[in-house]
Amino acid sequence: MDKDPNNILEEVTQGEYKYGFYTDIEMDQAPRGLSEDTIRFISAKKNEPEWLLQFRLDAYRKWLGMTEPSWAHLHHPPIDYQDIIYYAAPKKKKELESLDEVDPELIATFNKLGISLEEQKRLSGVAVDAVIDSVSVKTTFSETLEKQGIIFCSFSEAVQKVPDLVKQYLGSVVPSDDNYFAALNSAVFSDGSFCYIPKGVRCPIELSTYFRINAANTGQFERTLIIGDENSYVSYMEGCTAPMRDENQLHAAIVEIIALKEAEVKYSTVQNWYPGNKKGEGGIYNFVTKRGICKGNNSKISWTQVETGSAITWKYPSVVLMGDNSVGEFYSVAVTNNYQQADTGSKMIHLGKNTRSTIVSKGISAGYSSNSYRGLVKMTKRAENSRNFSQCDSLLLGDKCGAHTFPYIKTENRTSIVEHEATTSKISDDQLFYCNQRGISTESAIGLIVNGYAREVLKQLPMEFAVEAQKLLSISLEGSVG
Amino acid sequence: MLSIKNLRVSINNKEILKGVNLEVRPGEVHAIMGPNGTGKSTLASVISGREIFTVDEGEILYKGKNLLDMPVEDRASEGIFLGFQYPVEIPGVSITNFMRTAVNEQRKYHGLDPMPANEFLAKMEEKKKMLEIHAKLANRSVNEGFSGGEKKKNEIFQMAMLEPSLAILDETDSGLDIDALKIVASGVNKLRRPDNAFVVITHYQRLLEYIVPDIVHVLFDGRIVRSGGKELAIELEEKGYEWIKAELV
Ligand SMILES: Nc1ncnc2c1ncn2[C@@H]1O[C@H](COP(=O)(O)OP(=O)(O)OP(=O)(O)O)[C@@H](O)[C@H]1O
Ligand SMILES: [Mg+2]
Repeated sequence: MDKDPNNILEEVTQGEYKYGFYTDIEMDQAPRGLSEDTIRFISAKKNEPEWLLQFRLDAYRKWLGMTEPSWAHLHHPPIDYQDIIYYAAPKKKKELESLDEVDPELIATFNKLGISLEEQKRLSGVAVDAVIDSVSVKTTFSETLEKQGIIFCSFSEAVQKVPDLVKQYLGSVVPSDDNYFAALNSAVFSDGSFCYIPKGVRCPIELSTYFRINAANTGQFERTLIIGDENSYVSYMEGCTAPMRDENQLHAAIVEIIALKEAEVKYSTVQNWYPGNKKGEGGIYNFVTKRGICKGNNSKISWTQVETGSAITWKYPSVVLMGDNSVGEFYSVAVTNNYQQADTGSKMIHLGKNTRSTIVSKGISAGYSSNSYRGLVKMTKRAENSRNFSQCDSLLLGDKCGAHTFPYIKTENRTSIVEHEATTSKISDDQLFYCNQRGISTESAIGLIVNGYAREVLKQLPMEFAVEAQKLLSISLEGSVG
Repeated sequence: MLSIKNLRVSINNKEILKGVNLEVRPGEVHAIMGPNGTGKSTLASVISGREIFTVDEGEILYKGKNLLDMPVEDRASEGIFLGFQYPVEIPGVSITNFMRTAVNEQRKYHGLDPMPANEFLAKMEEKKKMLEIHAKLANRSVNEGFSGGEKKKNEIFQMAMLEPSLAILDETDSGLDIDALKIVASGVNKLRRPDNAFVVITHYQRLLEYIVPDIVHVLFDGRIVRSGGKELAIELEEKGYEWIKAELV
């Protein structure tokens, strides 16, 4: 991958959504619509044990009694849940031994995205569990990881390989009736990643997954479960791009993270779902439930996210700080342009003593977009001497966009301290003129200034991801000024 | 190199420049002096293309091209550099990254590939050394939290990196201590070549002892009312502007 930030800025001038292409792979899909039959179909397709089918059906029944939340600062036409295909998979092929056996068209797709598996394998030392549509096609580096006892595979594989672990932790952080979209996911989730780091193991490489939505009318319901056993460490990355589409595509993922005693889990994501065109048509609806629990003492979970895509983003990566002295972090950059809407933030629930949490949220709004930060910091009675620091900044480009901040703070003890800071700023004409005067075009100048503004968050990302993120920030703000 | 004819400029219907004429030839150093608020910075801004000002009349030719039709960044790439009187802060953007972007965007304008990273870094080192700039300064965000003098020095550093053919330095000397002034002046002198030119805006004769001008102009109430050799600066320092004012009446 080219890591020269200047090339990144050059690319900014190249217009249109880059990853808007479509791969034609034969689908094996569920009939349109949602019913108990659909769920049985999915479960059977995946050869699931009975308890998992029951987990799904139970979630489905709960979902039927729930209603779509309306409290977020978001507007969209009603979603027809019967007009969605809940399961699609590339036709089942025999187990693949090497990349040569992978569908060449798939390889070509990865190449277009600049994430060729071969390259990844040779150059970056990153294990890639590539998910195209709902089924994992290829997992690399698993041997290296296996030696250390690390399990990193697709969720479906994990169900077959380590059913007990899955059974123990699935739904333990996000209960199936946690919210409307979580219930939906729990009923119909297709696939995702599973990751287990055994006691005392430091995962030597960044674990990375690339996701893509690929089939027309296919809701994508990822399910990810990451377990850091005692005294382990892992840095996990997830990134996604989606092909250009006219219709809205629903995406409702769940990510659950469990950090046991002394464990540290770092979760980074660069999210680039198709945001819709300049008029606000099309684009992905992204309703995600991400939550981690610092279960053991001295454990740590950190979320870092760069959000540039989706027509609608509804996402609040959270940490439940249960163990004493545990640490939760949330670093976020959310960019909205044109008619994008984002309602995102974090929840830090302090249960243990001396727990600490940090929230750094950088919102960047352009065009006619709406960008809201919504956060909850809760200090329970038991969480003595705990601290939270929240910094929520908004950067506005132009005067047609909106930024909103909704911080909720609940403190039930007297020894904890919660600090909240918020700023709103604009890119000034003086700054743009200064850059222009040095020969830097306005578009590049915005990329530069925005990346500078987001630096505190970007520096939390693993190197290869940071570069990708910078690129996306610049690209997603194209044409937003002037 | 630069030819300004009968330039009239206004902002919010208030006329600021009222018919400025100026000829700058390659190899020359011009000094522009004049009381506060007479339009010196305005002139510098208009040459570099600041859009908040309206050009009501006149023309600016630069290397034979009509400058007024050119976007700001193209003027910069064509070799016009403005050392700002009040440099702005760009939080989070390191000087290294900022300069690399500037150098490469200018190269792109000229159809050149980006400067190889090692070459760029070597150049940074060389210029930092020349201007006695602390190594750490380059890792800091552009002008953020810089002292007044550091900001001015940083302007000259950027000039040294970009090697412009026409550099306009707007009160670069104000805020500099004596040592920094000498360093900056010697930096400017090292950059002087037969094919480039400098326009130095200043209130103080002192700078002109180090950067010796070929021509000194007095800008007064939107017009250049007097031009002369370097003695003019000395005379101004002694007599103040009242003297010129008196002559004008
Ligand atoms: N953005 C602006 N809006 C309104 N008036 C302006 C603006 N910029 C400059 N002016 C006015 O134009 C006049 C000339 O200003 P300019 O900055 O060019 O003066 P100067 O000669 O550089 O002064 P100094 O020596 O104090 O730097 C002043 O009266 C100033 O108030
Ligand atoms: Mg001035």
